[in-house]
Amino acid sequence: MDLKEKLLSSYLVFEDHVDMDTHIHNLRNDAIKIFEEKGFPTKKEEDWKYTSLNKILKEDYSVFPKQENAIEYNDVKKYFIHDIDSYKIVFIDGKYSSHLSQTTHDGMDICLMSAAFTKPKYRLVIENYFNKAASKDSLSSLNTAFSSEGAYIHIPKNKLVEKPIQIIHFSTGNEAATMLQPRNLVVVDENSHVQIIERHQSLTSNAVLTNSVTEIFANKRAIVDYYKIQNDNSNASLIDNTFIKQKQESVASVHTFSFGGKLTRNNLNFYQEGERIDSTLKGVTIIGDNQHVDHNTLVHHIEPNCESHQDYKGIFDENSTGVFNGKVVVEKEAQKTNAFQANNNILISDKATINTKPQLEIFADDVKCSHGCTIGQLDESALFYMQSRGIPKKEAKALLMYAFSNNVLNSVKIPEMKQRITKIIANKLGVNLGFDL
Amino acid sequence: MLKIDNLHASVEDKSILKGINLEVKPGEVHAIMGPNGSGKSTLASVIAGKEEYEVTKGNITFDGEDIEELAAEERAHKGIFLSFQYPIEIPGVSVTNFIKTAINESRKAKGLEDMPAKDMLKLIREKADLLEIDRKFLSRSLNEGFSGGEKKRNEIFQMAMLDPKLAILDETDSGLDIDALRIVANGVNKLKNKDNAVVVITHYQRLLDYIVPDFVHVLYNGRIVKSGGKELAHELEEKGYDWIKEEVNA
Repeated sequence: MDLKEKLLSSYLVFEDHVDMDTHIHNLRNDAIKIFEEKGFPTKKEEDWKYTSLNKILKEDYSVFPKQENAIEYNDVKKYFIHDIDSYKIVFIDGKYSSHLSQTTHDGMDICLMSAAFTKPKYRLVIENYFNKAASKDSLSSLNTAFSSEGAYIHIPKNKLVEKPIQIIHFSTGNEAATMLQPRNLVVVDENSHVQIIERHQSLTSNAVLTNSVTEIFANKRAIVDYYKIQNDNSNASLIDNTFIKQKQESVASVHTFSFGGKLTRNNLNFYQEGERIDSTLKGVTIIGDNQHVDHNTLVHHIEPNCESHQDYKGIFDENSTGVFNGKVVVEKEAQKTNAFQANNNILISDKATINTKPQLEIFADDVKCSHGCTIGQLDESALFYMQSRGIPKKEAKALLMYAFSNNVLNSVKIPEMKQRITKIIANKLGVNLGFDL
Repeated sequence: MLKIDNLHASVEDKSILKGINLEVKPGEVHAIMGPNGSGKSTLASVIAGKEEYEVTKGNITFDGEDIEELAAEERAHKGIFLSFQYPIEIPGVSVTNFIKTAINESRKAKGLEDMPAKDMLKLIREKADLLEIDRKFLSRSLNEGFSGGEKKRNEIFQMAMLDPKLAILDETDSGLDIDALRIVANGVNKLKNKDNAVVVITHYQRLLDYIVPDFVHVLYNGRIVKSGGKELAHELEEKGYDWIKEEVNA
């Protein structure tokens, strides 16, 4: 049975375990129909031209992973940013782990989707926001159909959330192959500010496919900083579908650090529904081996006087492949838009590939839009310069890669997070530079 | 200290150095002059170990050891320093972090621990003062947006920090105004002692008024065609290079 059929028949089993008499379930029913009709995307679709799911869809995924192995905090501590005080929402094989988590209902809700789906006090937020940002593409729909668990974050107005929130999805590889479909909802009301760090981590070498959907709503003057750490092992694949709706004068940023995994596809979509909105999309990708990372971004400028800043850096070694497909749409009403996009890539090996494609659709006439992409090699003369000062080639390369990623690293607002990223890069490159950038 | 014997080198199959002989002893200052395209910078790069240059014949020894097979960083660890004509900009890496890394990598290669942070800071301050470098300058990204003079001063600052046995200064005077030239030359002179040596590569005699050479060599068409004392530099300044070319071509 292929995966699509398996998922369709699993849906009937899934329905036995959820309340079918709800607004949510109607959405699920609609969504499974969309998935049934469209199926998994193929390379024939323009947006999937450079990323094939064929290989990863061949695994015989268990759609409802068995109850988790217990995980001790000390064994997985390294996957947390553990040197800061934070809220934690942790899942193991798709199930909430209360002993690894630290949630709250004190003046805000940092908890679980399963609770939000079932408890009356969340009904209004769920009705107003759930599935209101996600697109109706087949993969997001598939996630919607099976949506039952994930992080639920609601920050009411005028609230500065002082601790970052870490959302971590572990998979323990109980099954030969596991498919996970976490569903996260983040609603940040007027004038509030929140920082979120998200990570997916497989703890064994069994295959894992995660098809995640995160909906984020930044209401008037809200500030949302979202960081994604993608450093999974080489048998784990991730399709990350993130949708951000912003209201007037809100500021939202998503930083994506992609260093691992087998196949990673980031569908990152920003919708600007108000004036004077600021959106930032940044990423650093450093991969090798046969890894594949695809950034598919959309910024939809709908109203006047808004800005967007995109800056993606990629370093590709060995047989790795990268894709950057950045779409910026500026509607006719969106005058005085400032939209910037940059995608810079370094190919370290002759066998590495990057496909980069900016797409600008501009219907307004008084706008500033720029885009630029570069593909190059590590600067040999810079390497020689550093070597001539006694810095060995490997360290010199690492230093150049840091320098190359620096613009993105520098806009990370949590210092411990920045340090961690620096360390992950250093580990990956096998160097110890003895200082943090 | 440095002994170059019948050195031939080429880049991308183009032969550039065609039989260089040069010996530099501790305590000496050598100047290498010559018209554009004569091979001066190539010679500097080959000594420092730039990979793109292929030594096709002859050899280079440093302190009696053949260094041809050594990587650039290994030569640096042995005490060879090249001050670049066009120092490279490295955004995101501060001058301080860069030099710390360079020093500690050299120490690591010699089996030493990292230099204690306190000592490092003291050394950085001392050498920055020597070159009249503003402290604020040290936290800026390496060479990024530096003026020509700042870049060259930063090169000599790094030289001061690394304390090499042999310093090769490739066109260090280019792009310097007279004040910067004096500061840079002063720095070099203060670092000079009986155990180290300096090779100054320059187009003009100007720098040699400040860093006075014991020997002057004229490089032309990949060979050293004339050697002499410091008065040769003055002669070249007065008469240009044409008479040398004529002498060689005759």
